[in-house]
Formats: sequence, structure tokens, C-alpha cells
Amino acid sequence: MSTDPAARAGHLDHPPRMGFFTDTSICIGCKACEVACKEWNAVPEDGISLSGMSYDNTVGLGASTWRHVAFIEQPAPPAASPGGVAGGGADGPVSGRPDAMRWLMSSDVCKHCTEAACLDVCPTGALFRTEFGTVVVQDDVCNGCGYCVPACPFGVIARREEDGQAHKCTLCYDRLGEGMEPACAKACPTDSIQFGPLDELRERARLRVEDLREAGQDKAQLYLNDPADGIGGGGAFFLLLDEPEVYGLPPDPVVTTRDLAGMWRHVGIAAAGLAVTAVALGLGRRR
Amino acid sequence: MVPDAEFTSYYGRPVIKEPVWRTPDVPGYLFLGGLAGASSVLGAGAQLSGYRELAKVAKVGALGAISLSAVALVHDLGRPGRFVNMLRVFKPSSPMSVGSWLLAAYGPVAGAAAVSEVTGLLPKAGLAATLGAGLLGPGIATYTAALICDTAVPGWHEGYREMPYVFAGSAASAAGGLGLLAVRPRDAHPARDLAVLGASVELIAKRQLIKRLAGANGQSIAVPYEAGTTGAILRLAEFLTAGALAGAVLGGRSRVVSAVSGASLLAASAMTRFGIFEAGMASARDPKYTIVPQRRRRGQ
Repeated sequence: MSTDPAARAGHLDHPPRMGFFTDTSICIGCKACEVACKEWNAVPEDGISLSGMSYDNTVGLGASTWRHVAFIEQPAPPAASPGGVAGGGADGPVSGRPDAMRWLMSSDVCKHCTEAACLDVCPTGALFRTEFGTVVVQDDVCNGCGYCVPACPFGVIARREEDGQAHKCTLCYDRLGEGMEPACAKACPTDSIQFGPLDELRERARLRVEDLREAGQDKAQLYLNDPADGIGGGGAFFLLLDEPEVYGLPPDPVVTTRDLAGMWRHVGIAAAGLAVTAVALGLGRRR
Repeated sequence: MVPDAEFTSYYGRPVIKEPVWRTPDVPGYLFLGGLAGASSVLGAGAQLSGYRELAKVAKVGALGAISLSAVALVHDLGRPGRFVNMLRVFKPSSPMSVGSWLLAAYGPVAGAAAVSEVTGLLPKAGLAATLGAGLLGPGIATYTAALICDTAVPGWHEGYREMPYVFAGSAASAAGGLGLLAVRPRDAHPARDLAVLGASVELIAKRQLIKRLAGANGQSIAVPYEAGTTGAILRLAEFLTAGALAGAVLGGRSRVVSAVSGASLLAASAMTRFGIFEAGMASARDPKYTIVPQRRRRGQ
């Protein structure tokens, strides 16, 4: 499968694929990204309440939450490496003490998958692939069927109660068209959210994760950076300091449509069985 | 001994979003679409083999069921007024798109078959419509399996190899059941044949489905199909199907036994669809069904 989703979608002579590299090791959990996203995109309020989940009262991505900063506050695992990475998100109180705690922070967003299930299953064509290789919902087309919602392996896209339509991050399609970077990346004070051509971001991320590993962060890992993974790689990918599921991310997501040919095959056999039954019933003689 | 699968999540929150599809709209549609599609199969078969009364019941039943399903489907949309956008594009990668086009073709044909049957008008066109509906009916009855399996919902997706046979069997069983309920036994032989075949396929395929889900990597995804109210509904459906199967085979000459069997098959088919729907929803809500099999796969 082509690794150039824009070309696959019929964009000839398109700009380079743009994306996000979210380096969670330098996220300070300020949530400027959440605010900037809401402001720029005029995303409505998504509930104001206390969750009890550390400093995370946003809880998760949704129709009216296109950036979500996860806060993990928990006892440091016994094998956790000592702190010491400059500005590192996992370098809270020194581990080794029995009451040692750790904080992990990560700004989550739509992954703009190379193989995007939401886009594949959308029956109206409301979801489409832009010339930048990103995935965007057209508000004037979506009829709120909700199929994209369970198709997404990350639980990103959702249907908004107020208008009955599906919404998610557009990677600030309007700003990209003007040569500007997305609002969240612009607002991020530590450059935890980096925006740019995906090729460059991948290379930068590779060097960064090597540095972190050398500095003793042995669980530091890149997530969704590999075009050979189950979604063909993300247009938005991450550097994590622990396993993906710790951050609420699926450890090995595979786009559902990879199995679609098999599904249609079995549906075809089952339907053919019913059709043969009709013929058999029709050939029967009146008893 | 296999050690307990290590399982971490983010404050126990689900990884994927639960479908926004509502009960009874969508499970009701799964049932009614199956009933309609398989009834068209029965209508065509019965007409060709000379069971006119049964053919009439099947054709009218198909029209009634597909009309109700269309209402349920439109009602479930977030923007019902935009339902025609379903026909804006044709996308084989979207089972819902394929299904919309199938419905757009099948609905009018099934309607014409029923209207011609009831009014006696245009019998030749009516026969053509009956055959057309019989041809499209199997698609209507089974595509819904791809519809629910083509998602990240573990309880549906992992069963994609078995689900179409469960749905085909359940649909045939319901359509046969309707025939047995509405028509005297001596005029309902094709309905009984379809019911027996459908119920048998359904029983076997459902067992295979559970077996497949139980064997998932490190975490049985069959649990939502077996636990709680959903488990009870699915067990009752299996019991009713098996009972009705025995009734249809052994007591087929009795009007009462035949009708009770037919009603049981209809109820069991509906319960099966509701159970499968709810089991999938439960598998989406609990992050372990998403995370543990993926963690194991990644570890390999």
C-alpha cells in the first residue's frame, strides 16, 4: 500500500504530508493546546466537572475535545529509571523512595492515520483526505450516521449531541491552507507539540528517542511513527515514556478495514447460501 | 500455568468509543432487515413451488419489515433530514454505503412484489419483482454482519468470520418462523424447511462465534456474550431456537405446535440480534477487551 495517502486520494502535485510529532517527554501539562484548539476552531464547551483523574478534568478526546492532555499520577514503578532527563515528564520525585510518585503528561490528538478507518467506513463521503494527507470531516455533508465513531481504533472521533454530527481535529486545515501551523502547536510553550512535514518529524523523533534512551529512559518509545504498523503510520505520532496503554492508547491498533475483504467474502458465501436456498425452495414440488 | 495477562489502562477509561447507535433502532434493524431479506427468499421460493398463501405472507412480511427498518435507520441518524446523503457516493470500503444502495434497490422491488401480490395487479411485473427481491434479499439479510464487524469493537470485529453465517441463519429462521406462525402447516412446507435450515445454521454458527471469541489472544472476548443480562438473553434465544427446531421437525403437522415454533423463532432471532448488539457495546466499554489482545500481539 502506498505510503502517500494524499496521492492515493487523487491529489496530484500535492504539498508534502504534514503532521504532528508530540514529544511527551517535554510536555508540562499546561493545556495551552486544549485552549488554543477550542479558541481557534470555535469548539463548544465539553463539560465542566471534576473527574478525580489527577489534573485531567478533560478526560478524553471527543466531538468537542480535539486535544486532550492526559495526566498520569501514580506510584513510580520499581524498575523506573531515575530522573535526570532535562525537563523530562517522568522525572518527578526521585524514585527509590517507597512513596515515590511519577507524573506522565501527554497531549493526545487525532492520529490522521495513513489507513484511516473513519474515512473508509464513512458512507456519505463527509470524511475526506486533504492534500496535506490529513483527514477532515465536512460539516455540511455529515448526516450523523455514527459509523466513524466505533471504527476509530483510538476513540478519537465522536458525535456531538447538539448538532448530531461527527467532529474531530482537522489539523487546522484552514490554517494549513494559509501556510500557518495548527493552533495547538503554535500555543505549545515547550514545543512538545511539533508541526511540520512528516518526513522531517520522523527523523527528528528518531534522534530524540535515542537521546532519551541513552539518558536512561529505557521505556521511551515512538508510537505510530512506523509506516509498517497497523494503521500505516500516523500523521500524528508520539514519543511516549511508557507503554501506550498507560496513556490510554491502544498498544497495537490495526485498522478494521484490513479485514474487510475477508468480511465481504464470508458475507458473500452466507448470502449465496440463502440464494441457493431460495432456488431449492422454488424447485420443490407442492406437497 | 499461563500467568494473568498484565493489564494497564488510563484510569479504567475505554480506549475506543462505544457506538452511538441506539437500542432499539439498530439491533431492531439487524433483526428486521434479516426478516425482510430472508422473507423475500421465502416469497420467491414459495411462489415458484406453488405455495401462494405462504408467498403472500412472506412478501407482505418483507415489505412490512423493511419499511420499519428504514424508519429505524433514519431515526438513528444524528441528522435524519440528510439521510439522502447516503446515496451521495458508492464506497465498497463502507458496508453502510453498500447497504444503503442495497436498500435503495431492494425496498422498491420488495414493495412492488407485495403490492402486486395483494392487489393482483400486473402479475408479470409482480413475478419479476418477487424474483428480484429474492435475489437482493440475501444481501440485505447478511451485509449487516459486515456492517457491525467492520469496526474496532472487539466483540464484533474478532467474530467477522462467523457473524455472516449467524446473521444468515437467524434471518432464515425468523422468516421461516413468520411463515409457520401465519400459515397452516400443510400450506407452509417451504417455511418449515427454511426455518429448520436457518435455525440449525444459526445454532452452529453462534457456537463457532463464541468459540472464536473465547480463543482471542490472552483475553476471552466471549465474556460479554455470556455474562449478565446479555448472556441470559442469548441463552434463552438458543433454548427457544432449539425448542422451536424440535417443534417444527416433530410437531410439524399440528397447527398449534407449528405456530408456537414460528413465534419462538421470531422471538429468538430478535433476541439474538439484541444480544449480539449489547455484547459488542459491552466489549467496547471495557478497555481490557481492546488492550489485552493487542498487548499480547505486540509482545509476540
